[in-house]
Amino acid sequence: MRKLIRYLSPYKKEAILGPLFKMLEAFFELLIPLLVANIVNEGIANGDRTYILQRCAVMLIFGVVGLVCSLSAQFFSAKAAVGMSRGIRHDLFARVGKLSFAETDRFGASTLLSRATADVGQVQTAVNLVLRLFLRSPFIVFGAMVMSFIVSPRAALVFLVTIPALSVVIFGIMLVGIPLSRKVQGALDRVVLRTRENLEGARVVRAFVREDASVREFVDENRELTHLQRFSGRFSALLNPLTYAILNLSILAIIYLGGKEVNTGNLRTGDVIALYNYMSQILVELVKLANFIIIITKACACAGRINEVLEAPEGMKVYPPENGDTPQHVSQKVEFCDVSLAYSKGAKEALSHIDFSIPSGKTVGIIGGTGSGKSSLVHLIPRFYDVSAGAVKIDGKDVRTLDERALRSRIGVVPQKAALFSGTIRENLLWGDAAADDDALFAALDAAVAGDFVRALPGGLDYRIEQGGRNLSGGQKQRLTIARALVRRPEILILDDSASALDYATDAALRRRIATLPFAPTLFIVSQRTASIRDADLILVLENGEIIGKGTHEELLETCPVYREIHTAQFGNGEEVGV
Amino acid sequence: MKTRQSQKAPRGTGRRVLSYLRGYRFYLFASLFLALVTVLCTLAIPVLIGRVIDCIVGKGNVDFPRIFRLFEMCVACIGTAALSQWLMNIANNRMSFGVLRNLRNDAFRHLQKVPLSYLDSRKIGDVVSRVIADADQLSDGLLLGFTQFFTGILTILGTLIFMLTLHPAITLVVVLVTPLSLVVASFIARRTYKMFRLQSEIRGKETALMEEAITQHKTVVAFSEEDALLARFDDVNDQLTKASQRAIFFSSTVNPSTRFVNGLVYAGVAFFGALSVIAGGSGALSVGELSCFLAYATQYTKPFNEISGVIAELQGALAGAARIFEVIDSPAETPDAQDAAVLRAPRGEVVFENLSFSYTPERPLIDNMNIRVRAGEHIAIVGPTGCGKTTLINLLMRFYDPTGGRILIDGKDLRSVTRESLRHTIGMVLQDTWLTSGTVAENIAFGKPDATREEIVAAATAAHAHAFILRLPKGYDTPLGEGDALSRGEKQLLCIARLFLELPPVLILDEATSSIDTRTEMQIQKAFSALMAGRTSFVVAHRLSTVRESDLILVMRDGKLVEQGKHEELLARKGFYAELYNSQLQRAEKKEAR
Repeated sequence: MRKLIRYLSPYKKEAILGPLFKMLEAFFELLIPLLVANIVNEGIANGDRTYILQRCAVMLIFGVVGLVCSLSAQFFSAKAAVGMSRGIRHDLFARVGKLSFAETDRFGASTLLSRATADVGQVQTAVNLVLRLFLRSPFIVFGAMVMSFIVSPRAALVFLVTIPALSVVIFGIMLVGIPLSRKVQGALDRVVLRTRENLEGARVVRAFVREDASVREFVDENRELTHLQRFSGRFSALLNPLTYAILNLSILAIIYLGGKEVNTGNLRTGDVIALYNYMSQILVELVKLANFIIIITKACACAGRINEVLEAPEGMKVYPPENGDTPQHVSQKVEFCDVSLAYSKGAKEALSHIDFSIPSGKTVGIIGGTGSGKSSLVHLIPRFYDVSAGAVKIDGKDVRTLDERALRSRIGVVPQKAALFSGTIRENLLWGDAAADDDALFAALDAAVAGDFVRALPGGLDYRIEQGGRNLSGGQKQRLTIARALVRRPEILILDDSASALDYATDAALRRRIATLPFAPTLFIVSQRTASIRDADLILVLENGEIIGKGTHEELLETCPVYREIHTAQFGNGEEVGV
Repeated sequence: MKTRQSQKAPRGTGRRVLSYLRGYRFYLFASLFLALVTVLCTLAIPVLIGRVIDCIVGKGNVDFPRIFRLFEMCVACIGTAALSQWLMNIANNRMSFGVLRNLRNDAFRHLQKVPLSYLDSRKIGDVVSRVIADADQLSDGLLLGFTQFFTGILTILGTLIFMLTLHPAITLVVVLVTPLSLVVASFIARRTYKMFRLQSEIRGKETALMEEAITQHKTVVAFSEEDALLARFDDVNDQLTKASQRAIFFSSTVNPSTRFVNGLVYAGVAFFGALSVIAGGSGALSVGELSCFLAYATQYTKPFNEISGVIAELQGALAGAARIFEVIDSPAETPDAQDAAVLRAPRGEVVFENLSFSYTPERPLIDNMNIRVRAGEHIAIVGPTGCGKTTLINLLMRFYDPTGGRILIDGKDLRSVTRESLRHTIGMVLQDTWLTSGTVAENIAFGKPDATREEIVAAATAAHAHAFILRLPKGYDTPLGEGDALSRGEKQLLCIARLFLELPPVLILDEATSSIDTRTEMQIQKAFSALMAGRTSFVVAHRLSTVRESDLILVMRDGKLVEQGKHEELLARKGFYAELYNSQLQRAEKKEAR
């Protein structure tokens, strides 16, 4: 929490004025019982109607002043708290954009999102509460005690017992309540899981005639939940009755002590009423205070989670060029020099000893099962991750010595999962090159076999894509992401299993067109289908992060049993067929 | 306040809720009685304290014996109030959580009987939220309603009566001024409702933007679009800040305003009360009564504020109740006919006779389809993705009933046999694999929970799943949570193992598409072959060999059955199948042959 306080600094004025006004309001509230005492002691005792009128008028004035004060306080604290969360969200968003992939992988998308939304929201609520209550509640509780001491030191001694006793009860019940409600939440989560699972698998459940068994399981989970709810409810139901009893017994005590003082002539009746009123005021504020401390503890946890993101290492180091990196004469050569990659220290290597090179304009096909390291390999070219050993070189230069943005602007990446942003098709394509005109965009679309369907869409390039591309089919999305990469006319084009949603015919057309692109990029194709890569100049067969086969299609059929196996599985024993 | 938000609950919803309370009649009456006791005691205490104060007149004039007698009564009242409040809370707990449990059980039980069309036409998340969140809202509403609504109303009535007996005229002051705080509160609430809606609209936009930027971070970075996105984000962020500041400030004016109105009441009572004490005579207040009156004046306004909150809560509860009753009241599947036969030792002969089907009358899908599948024959279903291959599965498993014609299994109409025996006859492995949260062994034994470990291992071995299961951290006892480490292919192997435990004579299989890794795919293929040997099978086919070797090919397109026949026949027909085959498959084969 402390580290996030700096986001309040643009709102220093508000953050000070808010609590101050709140305190003023509380101050006026504390004066009211004294006025009542005055009315009883002076006004009623002397039968002085004007005096009573005066005091009541003062009461009203205090009320108005208190209202103004608390409205100002609410205004300032809302402004400060919301302003603070605005700053946090801005920095979070900016930071997430700069995180290295290793970091975003470590956090995971849903974690990052919930930190930027729910956690920031919690912090905002807590700060707002702090600004409003952090002076008011303690001020009223202790103010009431101080005022009572002013009225009658002897009677006010009751406060010294009451405040700790109430605190123990309130905090005790809340503290025990938290783990209990966490248990309830856990049980509820299980019931939710059961329900969701059952509905998602309705076909299977019925296919196996397991309806009755499911109901039995659900009823059991549900019973457990109810049991926990009742148990925790029974416990928290103690709060009100217990505090009520303590407070009222204290009132009796303070009146008794006050009465004794009156008997000896140290006090007057009105003062006893004032003591009674002060005692009544503290309960509400103590309950608020306890709630507020719980919210603060929660918010501190949220703040910690936010900080973790804000302090995550940014981007990647740029290394100085090594002496050994002499530019080579072959242009645009991509080279992997004995590359190994582990995503975190001590983790199993995702790639080991990858070594190959490809001249400019040629095609590399990469094939292997899931988890064999295909995507990891191509992610090293735009330096999404840093190698843990060896080096990836472009034109003979280690990618770690190049400017990240300049490097990436030369590479077109088409991700495995087609990622489009809400906005028009044109806006999405312009990511590739902000200066491209419509002709250039359509040239890219046509090369990606997407020109025809885009022309047919209402609005063409101005067709609006919904969030996540929901209003496009999987194949359309993939072709658009390919076009986006082509708009940039990249020197290196990476297709990371990007044609999985295309049928064979479209896939074939796509490969034909990409092979004849005028700017002839060096091409990396990752695929599970041998058909997609069989024409490549170099095919790498990966298994468990290692290259187990390297060569052309024909060579690999001869030399690499795994490649042959994959190929046979997909096409049957081809030689026997002839249509 | 919240009325505009929560759609109105249909009539009779309240009565339905009451019917769920019927089993808790004892607690209901106990709760009402205890509420009355609590309120009476709570209200009696200020009166008693007022009398105590009247015993404290001045120096040497304090009536201690009487004070002690009054204290005894006070302590009795305090104890009774505290105890009865606690018991009331417990009764309310039992009631509302019990109703909640019964409602959820009823809803879940009913969901096992709804036709699949009900689930298919709804978002799962929506149904879940009805069973969970809406039911919760109802029970929260009940709990709050009982703990605060009754005590609130009783407190208001009780206070009024006590005040009237003390001094009718001053009571009038309280009764006239207090409603002001309600007016102010509802005024502010109405105004801020729009602001909050605006805030959540903008927040939705901002969250959507963040979600895109975060989930597609790699793309953003690959295209160096971070700064452009940040600018867009800042724009929305500023809008949100403005909207939030307004909404939060205006809504936070409620408390100070009602506090101010309470202050007015307080001052009024102090003024008129003090004058009445001075005036003296019959019907005038004593000093103690004045202090009692002041205590009442603050107490009187509180339930009003609470009740207006409770009313909104109750409306929400009724709306929640209506939504969960909608689930419970949705029509159930037509039950099995009373004379439904049990399929015994089925051979697996399947006949589609003049079969017609459509999900909606406007879009007929299957029209007068006739096929005869002898026991042990293999049928391939082919077509582009999304062509509606699941429709046939839906009909075979009787997840849906045909709109015309009939399906016969071993010569019996599907509708004339029990669902249970039908589903024991047909085994199904879908590509969208579904596993429960349980261990690997529990999942394999899904259809036969009493299977021994030996049987389970045997089934897993037959399904080529044994090897990878042994590699899991706890082998067969590895729990499968959400988002676990199994690949899609491995999950499908588990689903196949499920079938090996009790091999049914008819199979529905869904072949993997290319996204499963090749080696697992080969194992799945082998497992499928083992399953299919000697059994009638319907295979949603993606691979050439399966298609060519089947006894009958059904070609689907846009949800419709467009062609049927053997491979050669269909090719010769030069229809959609030939087109599909030539564009997708032949190319690969030609190259192969070269």
